[in-house]
Amino acid sequence: MKGYLRSDGRKGIRNITAVVYLVECAHHVAREIVFPFHDRAVHLLGFPGCYPNAYASRMLRQLCTHPNVGAVLLLSLGCEGFNRAVLLEEIRASGRPADALVIQESGGTRRTIEEGRRWITSALEQVAQTPRVDLEPRDLIVGTICGGSDATSGITANPAVGRAFDLLVENGARVIFEETGELIGCEHIMASRASRPELGPELITCVEKAARYYTTMGHGSFAPGNAEGGLTTQEEKSMGAYSKSGNSPICGILKPGDVPAAPGLYLLDVVPDGEVRWGFPNISDVQEIGELIACGSHITLFTTGRGSVVGSAISPVIKICANPETYRRLSEDMDINAGRILEGRASLDDVGHEIYDLILQTAAGHPTASEALGHREFSLVYKSFEPLGPACLAG
Amino acid sequence: MSPPLSPMNPAPPESVSSLDPRLLRLHPADNVLTAIATLEPGSSIRIDTDAISVRTKIPLGHKIAARFITRGERIIKYGAPIGSATADIPVGSHVHTHNLKSDYLPTYLREDQGRYFAEREEV
Repeated sequence: MKGYLRSDGRKGIRNITAVVYLVECAHHVAREIVFPFHDRAVHLLGFPGCYPNAYASRMLRQLCTHPNVGAVLLLSLGCEGFNRAVLLEEIRASGRPADALVIQESGGTRRTIEEGRRWITSALEQVAQTPRVDLEPRDLIVGTICGGSDATSGITANPAVGRAFDLLVENGARVIFEETGELIGCEHIMASRASRPELGPELITCVEKAARYYTTMGHGSFAPGNAEGGLTTQEEKSMGAYSKSGNSPICGILKPGDVPAAPGLYLLDVVPDGEVRWGFPNISDVQEIGELIACGSHITLFTTGRGSVVGSAISPVIKICANPETYRRLSEDMDINAGRILEGRASLDDVGHEIYDLILQTAAGHPTASEALGHREFSLVYKSFEPLGPACLAG
Repeated sequence: MSPPLSPMNPAPPESVSSLDPRLLRLHPADNVLTAIATLEPGSSIRIDTDAISVRTKIPLGHKIAARFITRGERIIKYGAPIGSATADIPVGSHVHTHNLKSDYLPTYLREDQGRYFAEREEV
């Protein structure tokens, strides 16, 4: 298994050239620059807002310097609040080829698109020279998310991911589970797995914050499809979602953009801090995947019962289908059929090992179903976070 | 709070002698069972020593009462409380949004969105 060695010593499993719009007004030009490269490793991402946001700045900094990214072209309209000079400097300091095009200074839409496409053509030649080095399971960061959950998710795909997480931790990897709003009801069970006494109360505090936030919104992290799939309450959905974390001790809490330094299992706290300001903590599964990637995830394990089809920019998504009926309808979008467990054709351990093996194949370059279908979703909207407290960090 | 639970270790779906193989009990303390195949109305299911006729369609993954559940009683799945019964529930009956509510946050179906907006006084 070989990875792409970056100048900071981190290793990537993909070699993406990222085109990043810094305000919605530059989105069209950025998308047109990417268009002729749709079958190459050129991905589009960005932030729509015109007003400054520390979280969005940090997210884009971490994504643009992610080990799966080899080069970055920033797209600015010219008058937006995003500080493109600072971001460009940070990316260049990481040793990556990077540039910024400002539409107001480049002669408008058509000229900027042409200039951008020339830059990408040249960048692709440069990133092709990236040195390849041996990659081990201990080099990997793997995140997990559930989306389009139903009542099979918590019986098959989620606990099977938990088994794969246990295998990853045994092999020295860093693994991340998230969505504290979908842990409401399991906070005390989770706290009993803290690796240090001072971390347990912090885990409970995270979930209590999520419960407060969602209570203010008057609506849980619970979609109508969850109920159609047999889930009735937030806490029922939570118990199923929680099983993705496996059985390892929880060794720390992260906020979006924090990259775990030591091997082990981490909780990503995705609910904003402070007063409720920005609407729902996560507008869709896609933004959560972006947050896992900003924490360094090379791969995201996505479990689904109803049948999500999303992938992601920057890091591959492995789709684990919980429901055998859904798998039959959407098999081209799925990588693993955990629904076999319900049919008595596989055990949780069988599927856990299958997921682990597919993680290694994906890291070695094998495209996942969503990658092969061209899924490169990305979403980033306003949020606010306070720094982590000392008890949250891995010792 | 009940003793430590293992939601990450639900029982594998193996048939238990007294339980219909189309039903799954995830934890010994549970008062609901999960259908691991869609149950059609009129079909018969076995719970302990009882043979019960299914009254409404129970889709794959949905819950049924493992015993008589009294209104106000906690519903237990994975060995953990997942909400409270809003009505008396006979053994073998569908347990879902019509007779179970969260102890944390309300569940809104798509057709409930008008109620959600009205409660928030949003137009």
